[in-house]
Amino acid sequence: MGMTATQKILAHAAGVESLSAGQLLSCPVSLVLGNDITAPVAIDIFEEAGFKRVFDKDKIALIPDHFVPNKDIASAQMAKRMRAFARAHNITHYYEVGRGGIEHALLPEKGLVAPGEVIIGADSHTCTYGAVGAFSTGVGSTDMAAAMATGECWVKVPGAMRVVLTGKPRQDVTGKDIILHLIGLIGVDGARYMSIEFTGDGIAHLTMDSRFTMANMVIEAGAKNGLFPVDEVCREYLNSRVSRPWNSYEADEDADYEAEVVIDLGEVPLTVSLPHLPSNTKAAADCSHIAIHQAVIGSCTNGRIEDLRQAASILRGRKVADYVRCIVFPATVDIYRQAMEEGLIGVFIDAGATVSMPTCGPCLGGFCGILAKGETCIATTNRNFVGRMGHAESNIILASPAVAAASAVTGFVTVPGALSERGAAI
Amino acid sequence: MITDRVLRYGDHVDTDAIIPARYLNITDMAVLAAHAMEDVDSLFHQRLHEEKIIVAGRNFGCGSSREHAPAVLKEAGVKLVIAHSFARIFYRNAINIGLPIIECSEASRDLVEGQTLDVSLEEGTIFCRDTEEQYPFAPYPPFMQRIIDAGGLIPALKKEAAR
Repeated sequence: MGMTATQKILAHAAGVESLSAGQLLSCPVSLVLGNDITAPVAIDIFEEAGFKRVFDKDKIALIPDHFVPNKDIASAQMAKRMRAFARAHNITHYYEVGRGGIEHALLPEKGLVAPGEVIIGADSHTCTYGAVGAFSTGVGSTDMAAAMATGECWVKVPGAMRVVLTGKPRQDVTGKDIILHLIGLIGVDGARYMSIEFTGDGIAHLTMDSRFTMANMVIEAGAKNGLFPVDEVCREYLNSRVSRPWNSYEADEDADYEAEVVIDLGEVPLTVSLPHLPSNTKAAADCSHIAIHQAVIGSCTNGRIEDLRQAASILRGRKVADYVRCIVFPATVDIYRQAMEEGLIGVFIDAGATVSMPTCGPCLGGFCGILAKGETCIATTNRNFVGRMGHAESNIILASPAVAAASAVTGFVTVPGALSERGAAI
Repeated sequence: MITDRVLRYGDHVDTDAIIPARYLNITDMAVLAAHAMEDVDSLFHQRLHEEKIIVAGRNFGCGSSREHAPAVLKEAGVKLVIAHSFARIFYRNAINIGLPIIECSEASRDLVEGQTLDVSLEEGTIFCRDTEEQYPFAPYPPFMQRIIDAGGLIPALKKEAAR
């Protein structure tokens, strides 16, 4: 029986000939990741367990991004704890506020993830790095503590779902629409415990930023990890960022996939997820009656330069609707600088949007854009469960940067094609 | 043997429901536990007085990797969670911190609020006193059983190191 690409990555890392779904093993990891919410808990566990040294100071990434710049005293204490640990253990990959950004945008940027590597992170969106052909998955703080000490993690080998992408996306349709569309098709547990391995000639039409968005959200279908093939587009991305050797893997011809979904990218509409499940998808064009009070453009899902360019192209020469807030979060300091150099920040300011520093902020209801009772936010983030961005009686609609930006202009869920020159809905 | 009554939930109980992220600037689980289920079930702690076995539908614990989710349930007094299925990160977190969890679709299908259960993790059986129905469930793989027996991943690792 052949192996899936994910199984090959794990087999190689574990030093075994072959693996099959359901097998449990302890696997050495290339990188252990944590943030200012999950790392302090892991550090408490690490120290209480009596561990004195980390397994490798170059293979741990501690990233302040969730409640930073410190949202309150308690958050400041947590960030301080993580900083102190990073200093004490000489952790190479600690990026202070002002020199880093949101973990899942930062790590690929810094060349910390490469094909064939095994990355675990105390954050569910660690699956993002599947976009560069790595096995990466979210774990809890105990796993993080154990991995910091031992360099290993226990893994149940997943089965897989193959998602075949064909055709070419329509105008304005990007990775966010495609992944929301997929989650809508299969449900929030449609790929539970599986790898989602993307394949097909449609991938060539997807930029790296789109692939990061898609891999980022496989967790919302219950998947363990996502994986894209390492093609020319990916190699070009890696060339300027990763200098160490890496290996990429492809599934065997006779690999056993538990499920298969075929998506014609040309058939995917601009898609939103309505409250309160990521799988509650609908064509954005059918939601024009839904009023919004806030738009959030950013996050580990859609805070990269292409996302900002897309939003800016909609907001250029237009204004955010009266009484509507539009908040833009470039995901890393480098993206922020690039957006500045491209004139995008000026576009946002001129449109009446507000531009924030990189932070997870409102995505998980932290700060920097929390919702009041009865408010609705259209967001390029990744979850819309009850209470996630504020009051238990607030609403989140997930969308792409293009739809979020267009909606900010009209104050209703809007597709770019429905905007007139001056921004009024046609 | 775990004996207690059923606290019933449906499908897709997510981690934002179990513990909203706005409280994750609290690392003391005892303090955090007060906010468990706050946005979706204001009666949670009240129900928990008499009902300490959560029985849920599909995909329990979906969403975030926050270990705080199983931790606050355990801290609040939940003895066991039985579900049709668990989200994978919640599942591994629960095992890692020593919150007993069981996947049993028949039990999930049949059991209702308030019923009294006798659950044997060793024998792999759930017995409902009210209906006198017995539900078997698959034992954990030995690797996971060792973690559970030790009370969590860290105690299990320390045991290994000591050997």
